[in-house]
Amino acid sequence: MQIKRESLLQGAILGSPICRRFLLILGVSTVIASLCNLLFPPESFFHVSTFSITLMGKYLCYALLALSVDVIWGYCGILSLGHGAFFSLGGYAMGMYLMRQIGERGVYGHPTLPDFMVFLDWDALPWYWMGMDNFGFAMLMALVVPGILAFVFGWLAFRSRVTGVYLSIITQALTYALMLAFFRNEMGFGGNNGMTDFKDILGFDLQSDTTRVVLFATTAFMLGLAYICSHYIMSSRFGKLIVCVRDAETRTRFMGYKTERFKVWLFVYSALLAAIAGALFVPQVGIINPGEFHPLNSIEVVVWVAVGGRGTLYGAIIGAILVNFAKTRFTAIMPEGWLFGLGALFVVVTVFFPEGIAGYMKKIRAKFKKKSDVDDNQNSTDNKLKLAQERT
Amino acid sequence: MKPFIVNTIILILGCWLSSALAEGTAPTMPSSTSSTSTNVQTAENIAPLLTALTKAKLSKSAKILVQLEQTGGTAMLPLFEQMLNGKLYYQRADAQIIYQVKDSNDTKQYFDIFSKAPLGALDSSLVKKIRVNSKLRTHLKNTIARIQLNHGNDEERLHAVIKLTEKLTQASIDELSAALKTEVNGKVREAIEKAIALYQLQTSEDTPSKLIAIAALSGSLDSKVRNALLKLVEKNSEGKYIEKDRKVRVAVQAELKRIDGRIKIFGFIEKMFFGLSAGSVLLLAAIGLAITFGVMGVFNMAHGEMIMIGAYTTYGVQLLMPNFMEYSLFVAIPAAFLVAGIVGMIIEATVIRHLHGRPLETLLATFGISLILQQAVRSFISATNRPVVTPEWMSGSLEINPIFSLTYNRIYILIFSLIVFFLLLTILKKTALGLHVRAVSQNRAMAKSLGIRTAWVDSMTFALGSGIAGVAGVALSQITNVGPNMGQDYIIGSFMVVVFGGVGNLFGTLVGAFSLGIANKFLEPATGAVLANILVLVFIILFIQRRPKGLFPQKGRAAD
Repeated sequence: MQIKRESLLQGAILGSPICRRFLLILGVSTVIASLCNLLFPPESFFHVSTFSITLMGKYLCYALLALSVDVIWGYCGILSLGHGAFFSLGGYAMGMYLMRQIGERGVYGHPTLPDFMVFLDWDALPWYWMGMDNFGFAMLMALVVPGILAFVFGWLAFRSRVTGVYLSIITQALTYALMLAFFRNEMGFGGNNGMTDFKDILGFDLQSDTTRVVLFATTAFMLGLAYICSHYIMSSRFGKLIVCVRDAETRTRFMGYKTERFKVWLFVYSALLAAIAGALFVPQVGIINPGEFHPLNSIEVVVWVAVGGRGTLYGAIIGAILVNFAKTRFTAIMPEGWLFGLGALFVVVTVFFPEGIAGYMKKIRAKFKKKSDVDDNQNSTDNKLKLAQERT
Repeated sequence: MKPFIVNTIILILGCWLSSALAEGTAPTMPSSTSSTSTNVQTAENIAPLLTALTKAKLSKSAKILVQLEQTGGTAMLPLFEQMLNGKLYYQRADAQIIYQVKDSNDTKQYFDIFSKAPLGALDSSLVKKIRVNSKLRTHLKNTIARIQLNHGNDEERLHAVIKLTEKLTQASIDELSAALKTEVNGKVREAIEKAIALYQLQTSEDTPSKLIAIAALSGSLDSKVRNALLKLVEKNSEGKYIEKDRKVRVAVQAELKRIDGRIKIFGFIEKMFFGLSAGSVLLLAAIGLAITFGVMGVFNMAHGEMIMIGAYTTYGVQLLMPNFMEYSLFVAIPAAFLVAGIVGMIIEATVIRHLHGRPLETLLATFGISLILQQAVRSFISATNRPVVTPEWMSGSLEINPIFSLTYNRIYILIFSLIVFFLLLTILKKTALGLHVRAVSQNRAMAKSLGIRTAWVDSMTFALGSGIAGVAGVALSQITNVGPNMGQDYIIGSFMVVVFGGVGNLFGTLVGAFSLGIANKFLEPATGAVLANILVLVFIILFIQRRPKGLFPQKGRAAD
């Protein structure tokens, strides 16, 4: 059984040129960027600054988050406007671990309590902070907490067949409620200011170049792994059913499938990806605060996916990286213009390019080659059919 | 030239005074205060006093004020009031007494104290302030209260009694007792009796008079009464009651219980009112969304920005008509309806129409529009909040008793929200447009095949929904800050209301808005505002599990 699954995995990856190409590009660029940072001296032409490394690491975290949204939106038609919640929860678990690592080096020098708790006159760690000084346990929590939240939420929502716009707004309400909750000091997560001033991770200094590069490379690795997993899931029987649910949920149900179960598990999987992205994001940017829960952040992720092209895994990643790169440049040149740009992006992409960059590229390729070699499996679903189904 | 003006003024003053006195010598003529002022009161008697006032030292002013009160009576009221406010001046040249008002440009305008004739902006070297100190201020307050108690209309007399009750002395009690003899208004009598009883409770030594006082004060919600009662059942440091008579203590305990019970009841009513008020805001914000969402199945994320546009229209209207602030809202309501409606129509025609049948894409596109609108306001108007004036008739509060008062703006908004609701209901039920809108919302394909222009209905519906959001913005501008982010606060709340009440059902929206508003306000004291918000959100999420179509689901084929 084990062997068979492995071969299936290999087949899925190696059988798909896009998947191969993507992993190759990701791997090569990660290695080159890392080496350029570590081997060349700062004044060299080939040197990649640590700032750029961290920035790229951040983009890759966003790409992973976009991938998680794409998995449920692009493939299952569930538009989640609250994935920032899972991202932030993962980030908070990592933040708690990093906070405990500060130890006596905090401003107040308390051996166990983080600064903000000393400031609030707390005398002991709350129960949910117990064990967070253990990296393994903290990472487990980073997955378990968002996973359970996603399961409970998904189970409640999909069981009662909440779909479409309703579901989107409820997910938004979920992240909004969590934002309000995390802003409270009484919650014990640092309130308004969140957590910051991290010192080291697993004993390595967070400010050093090597740690930064390792974090970046880890992110790239996790992104690659997530890509393979998602690719595998989507090309499996389960993935086919997921697409059926997207295109004709009622029909799938009538054929005897428990559609809500597929949706719940996919939702949990997607939440886990988002949580991993959050956990990788925090040590690189060095801060986590309740602002991450803001509904705007979650909706922004959706537009990355829309720009890149939903229903294609690489599209989500391209979209996340491109939009964030544009955001970085834009906000530096004319900060006022960015929101105009982002707003226009929402409108233009949804009205004129519903299939995003990936769809556009596919069209161009199809023009050049008469025979289209569309192979990134489910993206080939006929859009017209989908539209027709939605119209009724 | 100058003496001529002064003479004229004195002449006018004289005429006015004599007419005022003719009214003032009615039966309510004071007994204690004006016992000495039986002499002839004419302008000639007052003029020297006024001149003396301008020259007097602070320590001598009180005496002159007493004389002025005796001679001038009610006519001196504006003078006392302006002096109390520290706005009383006189012209150095001729000792004409004037007062200062700062106009909207912050320049100082002067007016004659009696004739109110404008004198324009005088140079500060020409005028001198008539100074007051805290002792004089107390004296002035008492004097004003006294004059009003004896000469004012019902409201002023009541106000004067309340002022005097704040600090009861034997002298003020004497005055109040005297006033009681001639007082005819029931409310004022009651207030005076209460004040006298309160004084008795605080000062008298014997049990019967205390018991009488307690009985007289029964049911009063004034905090002073409660404090006075609490003092009677206090223990001293040795653990013994300060009040020795047990009878009194029992009576006080019973009375305190009654008062606390009433406070609780009014606390409940107050919470209820706050809940209704919050509900009316939710209703205004949600009702437009209920139409667009119900009819077109389109969730307009830019709905909050339509509210914002309405609020900014109010701001714009007030800028255009600075002299007619009182009426600005009546202009702003149709203006906001038109502006927001037109913006809505444009959004419908340019974006939403092209995304027909793709609700999730519509959600995203309208979210993009909301970002653009917000940023447009930030870039082209201002990133900071804009001041919107509340007209006089909307400010202040309706005081029902000392612990319970309702602010007028919230009352008006509650009424307004209901008017808008029923107006909309009438439009939907009684007009041709309403008929078409209902037809399309129930079965689009069938309506279309029966010849209804669905595209036109969509356009009109969206304009109507947006216009109503704009009208909501006018109302909200009166109670919240008008800024680029204001719309964001309402979008999730409005959605909750619409979903809770049931999509496509206006009555559901009404019930949903008020029940969510009330639930929020009742949770708030126990959990804090933030947690109350979270609890309501969680409740809605769970509620949708049970009843995905809301409280009042739409029936029929359209329901899937």
